[in-house]
Amino acid sequence: MIKYTLIPLLPLIAFVINILFGRNYIRDKAHWVAIPAIVGSLLLAISAFFDVAGGNVININVYDWIVSGDFNVSAGLMIDQLTAIMLLVVTICGTLIFIYSVGYMHGDEGYYRFFAYLCLFIFSMLVLVMGNNFLVMYFGWEAVGLCSYFLIGFWFNKKSAGDAGKKAFIVNRFGDFGFGLGVILIFLTFGTLDFVGVFGQAGSFAGQTINFLGWEVDLVTLICLLLFCGAVGKSAQLPLHVWLPDAMEGPTPVSALIHAATMVTAGVFMVARCNPLFIESPIAMNTVAIVGGVTAIFAATIALVQNDIKRVIAYSTVSQLGYMFLALGVGAFSAGVFHLYTHAFFKALLFLASGSVIHALHNEQDMRNMGGLKKYMPITYAVFIIGTLSITGIFPFAGFFSKDEILWRAFLAGDMGKFLWLLGTIAALLTSFYSWRLIFMTFHGDFRGTSEQEHHLHESPKVITVPLMILAVGAVAAGWVGIPPLFMEHGDKIGEFLAPVLGHPSGHGTHAQEWFVVGISSLVAVLGGIVAYVMYVKKTDIAGKIASAFKPVHALLYNKYYVDELYDTTLIQPVMKASDKVILGFIDKTIIEGIVNGIPNVIGVFSRKLRTIQTGVFGSYGLAMTVGALCIIGYLFFQR
Amino acid sequence: MDNVIMNNLDYPILSWTVLLPVFGSLLLLFMQNARAVRWTALIFTLLTFAISLPLLTQFDKGTHLMQFVEKHEWIPSWGINYIIGIDGISILFVFLTTILSILCVLVSWNSINTRVREFHIAILAMEAAMVGVFVSLDFFLFYLFWEAMLIPMFLLIGVWGGANKLYASIKFFLYTLVGSVLMLVGIVVLYFAGGKTLDILTLSTLSLPMGLQFWLFLAFFAAFAVKVPMFPVHTWLPDAHTEAPTAGSVILAGVLIKMGAYGFLRFSMPMLPDATRLFIPVLMVLSVVAIIYGALVCFAQKDFKRLIAYSSVSHMGFVTLGLFAMNTQGVEGGILQMINHGIITGAMFLMIGMIYERTHTRVISEYGGFAKIVPWYAGLFCILTFASVGLPGTNGFVGEFLIIFGAFKAKQIIGVLSALGIILGAGYMLRLYQDIFFQDAAPDFEKKGKHPVWDLDMREVLTLAPLLLLVFWIGFYPNTFLSYMHASVEHLISRVNYTAYAGQENLIAKYIMEIF
Repeated sequence: MIKYTLIPLLPLIAFVINILFGRNYIRDKAHWVAIPAIVGSLLLAISAFFDVAGGNVININVYDWIVSGDFNVSAGLMIDQLTAIMLLVVTICGTLIFIYSVGYMHGDEGYYRFFAYLCLFIFSMLVLVMGNNFLVMYFGWEAVGLCSYFLIGFWFNKKSAGDAGKKAFIVNRFGDFGFGLGVILIFLTFGTLDFVGVFGQAGSFAGQTINFLGWEVDLVTLICLLLFCGAVGKSAQLPLHVWLPDAMEGPTPVSALIHAATMVTAGVFMVARCNPLFIESPIAMNTVAIVGGVTAIFAATIALVQNDIKRVIAYSTVSQLGYMFLALGVGAFSAGVFHLYTHAFFKALLFLASGSVIHALHNEQDMRNMGGLKKYMPITYAVFIIGTLSITGIFPFAGFFSKDEILWRAFLAGDMGKFLWLLGTIAALLTSFYSWRLIFMTFHGDFRGTSEQEHHLHESPKVITVPLMILAVGAVAAGWVGIPPLFMEHGDKIGEFLAPVLGHPSGHGTHAQEWFVVGISSLVAVLGGIVAYVMYVKKTDIAGKIASAFKPVHALLYNKYYVDELYDTTLIQPVMKASDKVILGFIDKTIIEGIVNGIPNVIGVFSRKLRTIQTGVFGSYGLAMTVGALCIIGYLFFQR
Repeated sequence: MDNVIMNNLDYPILSWTVLLPVFGSLLLLFMQNARAVRWTALIFTLLTFAISLPLLTQFDKGTHLMQFVEKHEWIPSWGINYIIGIDGISILFVFLTTILSILCVLVSWNSINTRVREFHIAILAMEAAMVGVFVSLDFFLFYLFWEAMLIPMFLLIGVWGGANKLYASIKFFLYTLVGSVLMLVGIVVLYFAGGKTLDILTLSTLSLPMGLQFWLFLAFFAAFAVKVPMFPVHTWLPDAHTEAPTAGSVILAGVLIKMGAYGFLRFSMPMLPDATRLFIPVLMVLSVVAIIYGALVCFAQKDFKRLIAYSSVSHMGFVTLGLFAMNTQGVEGGILQMINHGIITGAMFLMIGMIYERTHTRVISEYGGFAKIVPWYAGLFCILTFASVGLPGTNGFVGEFLIIFGAFKAKQIIGVLSALGIILGAGYMLRLYQDIFFQDAAPDFEKKGKHPVWDLDMREVLTLAPLLLLVFWIGFYPNTFLSYMHASVEHLISRVNYTAYAGQENLIAKYIMEIF
């Protein structure tokens, strides 16, 4: 079993080799180090998957990491059903994106650096999903954030790239602030950070309260909400979603791997991992569901009007992550993880395909300067269509099964569930609209770019299109492991596989109800596409007219509800001003330094005054002595 | 002396560690050639390190007692002895001192060209005095070393410092002297109260009356708080650190400011446990204020070196917070974080010194694009940046996590507020990193520009390597270092938490009423 420690170690070794020797020796052969490493991890992950499927849960402590008094936490790995699925998602998507990057990053002067960071990322992500306690998970959690910082800011000579990387890291720190406190509170409550130990005791702490900062609150709820803070940051949910769209400054393979398929789903993974805690707290569950549902629709509305191809997909990712949280929040943990898994394929596909477009257009990302690309890039166009069919949830593409499972589970979850189902269905309509809008603006109509660009238009090389085609197969077929009983008895293989970790969702409905949910969601998926077709292919002037008719709404959406501006004026500017003017300028420089420099000055003034007495003139000394002596004599005399 | 473990090696190991640098500096007096001076200083710092190594291997981790103890009568009529020894709290500081001293000599190799001999005498004298402070078990001896540190440091800043060196050195000197004088008064009072002894171990077992403890605590606090430095007596630090030559900054940040926190551990807590408990709430609040205040000030800094100097205020706030949380995780985290801070900030000052030799500027806005110009430098500084913001896998994480854990356990709100420091830390450090290394290079510093800037050379990499190794060592396997502390820390905590006045909060309250 110790061989499985190699799963994260292989990419780590590849990172070390590339970062140390890449600049001077390996250079443009960096992929020869990186790809064998990740393929090795992939093979081991497959082996681990079969081990787990055979009933073995692997749980090993490698060594004691931190020991201090009664605090004791080890560096340990665990591979159970949930981890096994995550391992496959990470290593399969990782391998394909590594291969794609060989073509996409070809000729970049930071080629070796790019592969080094990717390897470090894969290492971190694997540690995140394989940790057997909260602190190892936290290690991976922070480390993926670090890699995200490096890769967003990969082209660091652009100010916007550096800013975006920094923003991602700092926004995530806000979430990790809660996550870290949650981890501490877990240890103080359960006396351990091991998943097995904590989850085993979860039930016995249900309903207990704790005095937290003066408020009497439910202990498990508090722990769950603190943990969820971390998930909100990492998975870009409201109100910490602001970093993800900016993260598109990174190279496109990074957007596909980190900001779509793997890292941003870590929050979903974490909540699913902690399901024994969350189910003890209805408040926490509802919070997760509502944050997810609202984010799903919120991000989808922004995506409707964006013109940057990658930003549309980025907001789509935020929205889809919202779906996953919605599922977790209504207790359908395996549905959430199922969507995570299908989403990894179709979203990585969409990103990489958009990368193929951007590559062909020499880094043009504005869809207003695209159009009519389908005749130049048939493969990219085809896989884009497949990805879009999948994300909009058309039968029998992958997205259909997972999205439908989520909507159905929400529908069954009481009154609030109905409301969430409505949110999810509206979001599905919006998703369909913006996804098809993207296709029509990019591939249909006439080319709107420069003739120089048009002259160079070409399909991408095989090293790019082959990974796309493989991912397209995934975007079609990945969902077939989760066919609902409505269509096929025992078709929900993934749900059954995950059941030992995530349990079975509760709630039962009739077949008629289920057909209703399936029907509505399929209907809105088609409807959104038709509307987009009319607006962006048939009568292309409609879009502009609507935008000008509803100018305030359009401006609100186009400017992303002004959330960035809000944070800037209420948080960032006040902190910067306070630190400069109040803290440094007033307290430090004026008050403290005033006193510190003041005391010597007062002494100086005093001593200068005293010095004037020491004139050295004998007469005045004599006078003073005489006066003094007379005073003493007078005092003694009159005292009698 | 039955409550200590005498030195059972066949040579006086601790005395050698203190005296070797002294011999070295005496030898330097007779040298003229700068090259010979540098090599001699390097050899003596290396020798000192080598000779102290058996301490680590021969140390008995199972006991809190003082080990490797040497005792000689000195001034018997006043009860003053030469007693030195180390326990789990002081051992790591001895090594921090001896390692950083080597690096200080290395980093000054090309940058110090005036009064080379005097400079290295000052460095070696500093080393001896610092080790002396950590191993002294007699108050008189301790005070001697404590004050002896002031003079070479004053000279290092005042002679080899930057543009504003005179102001900075005098400020440093006066600030610390005021604190030290009050401590001297405290020592004299202790001498009489403790039955005319200056033996630190004996004094650490007394149960002094509450009233006396109260005033003594304040006297010692004056000395230690200035050294740490705690808010609001921190303003000497940015000036001194910024104006000092690189080696001086490294010693200041790496070792000197740890003396204050060490003082709390060695004197205030075990000798005045009841007063310590009384003051803990105030001290924890001051620590949190330092964490947040120090971090916020960093946002407004325009000088590379000054920013790192101010960040020390924030990081030392974490240290004192951990110590005063007064539980195992807090105190061990605090001690470890002192070592960490010495490593990280020490290395940062080394690196700032290296780049300053090339660019001759410390103004952040004049930098930019250095990741392209000096990629190896950028990579190594990146490691330090993330160690400084406490990323898991680096030493900063282990220390900060244990401290926040301990603080949260002791007082929730304090733990929560201190965790805010982690967000702010990421803010100012990443901003600095972006401004220095990202975007396009300032035209002056292109490789072939007005000031050619070259990447790290072998000597510089060797200077940084030990510290970078420690960053990851402590990050991935902190138990090597934590295991030395366990016994001594447990003993200290039980001493503070269980004393004559334990549980008699009314008495303490009554006493405070009497004072005011």
